[in-house]
Formats: sequence, C-alpha cells, structure tokens
Amino acid sequence: MDLAKTTALVTGASRGLGRALAEQLAGSGARVVLVARTEAELSGVVDAIRSTGGEAHGLAFDVSRKEDVYPLAGAAALVGPIDLLIHNASSLGPTPLRLLLDTECEDLSSVLETNLVGPFRLSRAIAGSMALRKTGTILHISSDASVNAYERWGAYSVSKAALDHLSRLWAAELGERGVRVLAIDPGEMDTVMHRAALPDADATTLARPDDVAARILALLRDERVPSGSRVEARSWSAT
Amino acid sequence: MMTAQATLEPTALRPARAPQPGFQPERLLVIDPLTRRFGDYRISELPRLLGPGDVLVVNDAATLPASLRVDAELELRLVAQERDGVFRAVTFGAGDFRQPTEMRGVPRTLRAGATLTLGATLAATIVDVDAAAPRLVRLRFNLEGAALLQALYAHGKPIQYAYADAPLQLWDVQNRYAARPWAFELPSAGRPLTFELLFELERRGAQLTHVTHAASISSTGSELLDARLPLAERYEIGDGAAHAIADARLEGGRVVAAGTSVVRALESHAAADGAIASGNGHTELRLSSRYSPRVVDGLLTGLHEPGTSHFELLEAFAPRALLRRAVDHAARTGYLQHEFGDSCLVLAGSLLDRVRRAA
Repeated sequence: MDLAKTTALVTGASRGLGRALAEQLAGSGARVVLVARTEAELSGVVDAIRSTGGEAHGLAFDVSRKEDVYPLAGAAALVGPIDLLIHNASSLGPTPLRLLLDTECEDLSSVLETNLVGPFRLSRAIAGSMALRKTGTILHISSDASVNAYERWGAYSVSKAALDHLSRLWAAELGERGVRVLAIDPGEMDTVMHRAALPDADATTLARPDDVAARILALLRDERVPSGSRVEARSWSAT
Repeated sequence: MMTAQATLEPTALRPARAPQPGFQPERLLVIDPLTRRFGDYRISELPRLLGPGDVLVVNDAATLPASLRVDAELELRLVAQERDGVFRAVTFGAGDFRQPTEMRGVPRTLRAGATLTLGATLAATIVDVDAAAPRLVRLRFNLEGAALLQALYAHGKPIQYAYADAPLQLWDVQNRYAARPWAFELPSAGRPLTFELLFELERRGAQLTHVTHAASISSTGSELLDARLPLAERYEIGDGAAHAIADARLEGGRVVAAGTSVVRALESHAAADGAIASGNGHTELRLSSRYSPRVVDGLLTGLHEPGTSHFELLEAFAPRALLRRAVDHAARTGYLQHEFGDSCLVLAGSLLDRVRRAA
C-alpha cells in the first residue's frame, strides 16, 4: 500500500511501538489519527509529529470501553475514511505478572476486554466502511506470547492467541472484499510495557521500537505478504 | 388474493418498539408499479430481487448524538450543519422521549445572542431565530472540527423515539457500514442490511456503492415546523458511486436507493438526462407525486402510512392507489413500521417474473 495517500488510525499511540508507528507513518506522508487514554501524553506526541511537518490528530479514548467506540470511529472519520487500522493498544493485566492460580477472573476479563473485545469492536465500527469501499488494511499487533506458553503470562497470552485468530478470521471473511488483515509479532522491545512485565531484562538485548516500526511499515508496503498472515517482525525481511 | 378489498378505514401500521429478535427478521413488502402488484418477501430475499447490472446505493453517514439537553425544560435537536461549528436546531420543551413530540411542553423562545451551556466544555450561542417558526434556530458552538465532535459525543444523545421501549444508545442507531458522522437521525432504510445480504447481492452480480447524506428529522410535533422540513441537507457523491451508477445505466441496470436520503442526494445532483458526476452540495428537493425521478429507478425504505410525508414521497415512484392497497395489506398482515420495523421495496418490474406470492 502507498502510505503517502493513507489515513491511518493507531491505538496506544502515546508510547512505545504505537508512538513509533504513528511518527513513521506521518513521516511517510500518511494522515495519522493517534488514540490513547490520556490526553496529556497524547498531545505531546501529536505536537512532536506536527513540529516535523506531519499530519497528526489526537483522540483521547479508551478502546476497551464500549461507550468510546462509535465516538472514536466517528471523530476519526472526520479526518478521512480510515485506510489503515492498527490495533496496538494492549494491557498486560496486573504486574508483577502472576501464575494462573493467582490470577483473578476479573483481571482476565479486563485484559480480554482491552486486547481482544476492544479491537473487535473498533474493527466492527470501521471495517464495514472498508468492505463497502473495497479497500483497507487492518493490522493486529501480536506477541510471541500468543504461540508460546510462558509461565505467568496467562491473561495476556490468551488474549493475544485469540487476537491472532481473530485476525485470520477477519482475513477469511474480508479477503474477497479488498480488505487486507495481518497480525505482526513485533518481538521483545525496550518499552514501558516490557519493563513492567520483565523489570530485570537486559535492555541491550531488546529491539528499539523505532526499528521494529520501520520493519512493520516495510511489511505494509509489501503487497506480497498475503492477507491472513501472522508475521514475526524480527525474522521478516523484504527480499 | 390479498387485494382490491377497499376498506374505508385502513388499519394502522404497528410500530417496532425495539430491534426485532433474530438474524435478518425483517419482512420486505415489494411493490411493483409496472405490474401494479405487490408481494410479501423477507429482507434476506432482496439479493434475488435485484440482478446483474443493478446497483444498490446506500448512505454511509454515521448517526450523530444530535439531541442536546439544556435543562429540564429545553432540549435542542440539531437538524442541519451550515458550516463548521454552525448548525440549525429545533427546540423541544419539557418532557422526554416517552412522550410523543406533539405532547411535549412548549419550549421557551430563545433570543439571538443568548448562550446555552450544554456540558462542561460545550456551549452554543443563538445566532438567529426563525421569524415564522421560533422553535427553529441557528446556533454557533464554542468549538469546531474534531473538538466539537468529541464534545457532542460526550454531551449529546441520539434523538429518541416515543414508540421505543428503552432509550436508544449510539450503537443502536448506526448502520453496519456507517462511517462519516453526518446524519442527525439514523438513515433507517439501511438498518436491516446485513453484510450477509450485501455480499450475496454482489455475488449475484449487482453492484453496491455509497453516497453520504446528512439525513435529518422529518417530524417535530408542530405542523408549522414540519411543513418547513426537510431543511437543506448536505451530501457528497464520490467517484465510485458516479462510476457504478453510470455503469448500471449503460448496461440497462436499475439504480436502487436505500433510503430517501440517497434519493434526495442523487436526484439533486443528476443532470436533466439522469447522468451523475461526483461532487457535493446541499439538497432541498421535495419528493412527491409531482416529481419524476431522473436517475433513481427504485427505493428501499421503511413502511409508511398514507398522510405522512414519507408516504407522499413514495408517490414519486408508484401511484397512490397501488401504494394505499399495499400499505393497507401490510397493516392488516402485521408489518411493523419505524426505525426497527420492516422494509418496503418500490421498484418497477420487480415482480414481473414472480407471480409467486404476488397479489
């Protein structure tokens, strides 16, 4: 896809990978709608993008809240029909991470609400218009926890495994409608979220969000990556 | 035969008070002005009633929360946007959605220059008050663009209906393909359209395309005001719609509008010969028996009783006598009306080959 002619929406855009994606999309000429819960954090990123000549619009909404979804989709559509929807926002649940036997059922529900139901609701509000226009890309940010059973990553792992499959299902149903749906495992990155999950990790072994975002943009541009794919950003390269 | 028994007092259509249970439960009354027949179908049969070359045009406007509460005695309903931050609105008095609008209290008269507080961050100043109908005002918000929209979402509610069992939430009044936040009321002809149905329609060779039209309210509880409606409503027709309609006309296909908002946009924009270019504008078109459609061949809409403005505009597509017979049949056989009700397709030739179940 040609990112320069794209209106993109990125959730969880005030920090980490979401911020890097929003900055690089804007740098590629896309009009970017940034979504995050906290207005103050968001406006800092929006201002930074605008100061470099990019087009950025900040919308403070919580994608895990049902009440926020249509207002978010409506306000975003004012910028333009959304061509690229990136589900990046996600929650680890309570940290330090804990064993399943120590996980409250309510915590599992809340993680699923943010990482699975929220993206489903937002896709439902936006993908209908993509199907009508026969164009669009939906990208789900996954995790290696979706395929590996790491101790103490229960709630998060389950949500990401389901998100991977949601991505494949959207692709199966929208494949003939010109809507491309992908899941990407960004790998371990040096982010606030990673520090919350694994405070003792050696930061020098972790990827920088900027580098991962650059790979993801290359992947989006490469039409050969078929809809329904789940791609590991670390091992993927445009050849 | 279900026809020809002229009743002196036609039975009234019952309202659907909530979304009907089940998947694609809506009935579809098909009215064919060519054969002067009508027949009973289901909404899921719409794809079979259209064919290769036909085009279904939907309105992709998302529904705004257009009802703003000032205080217990005053509600504003936005009805048209004139430019960024400037809207026309109609005032409603004491009472809530449980009362029919004509039973609501008389709202206090607003004066130009008055400022209304609508929420923590949202306020509006009255620009002017209509001389003939003082419930119709022009107002300017203290915000514009995305900030205004976010404040409307925070402080507004969808326009409510007295027939509904429960207050409607924003998600109750969105069509499945809605995108642009332009509509002040749900463009309800599109509400029964599932993607199951829309994809099937395309598999059978019909085209699906969209325009955007700021659908607005059609009744206010005041005859004086209702006579002024609809106000000028903005619309936009994209290249995709212009091409799809041109293709259909070239190949002898039929242009079917999902909703009167689509009819108004297309008919206002069409050249005298029915050709459609992409573009945008405002439409003040009023449809009636005196109007001859230039580009739209058929209309998918809800059920409407004789005497309503919606019934009148159906007369642009079929003769009154046939419509009356069909609607009387619908009322007697339990079709439901209003936003969650059943559907009606008025399309010449739709029952040509289908004597089955046709009256």
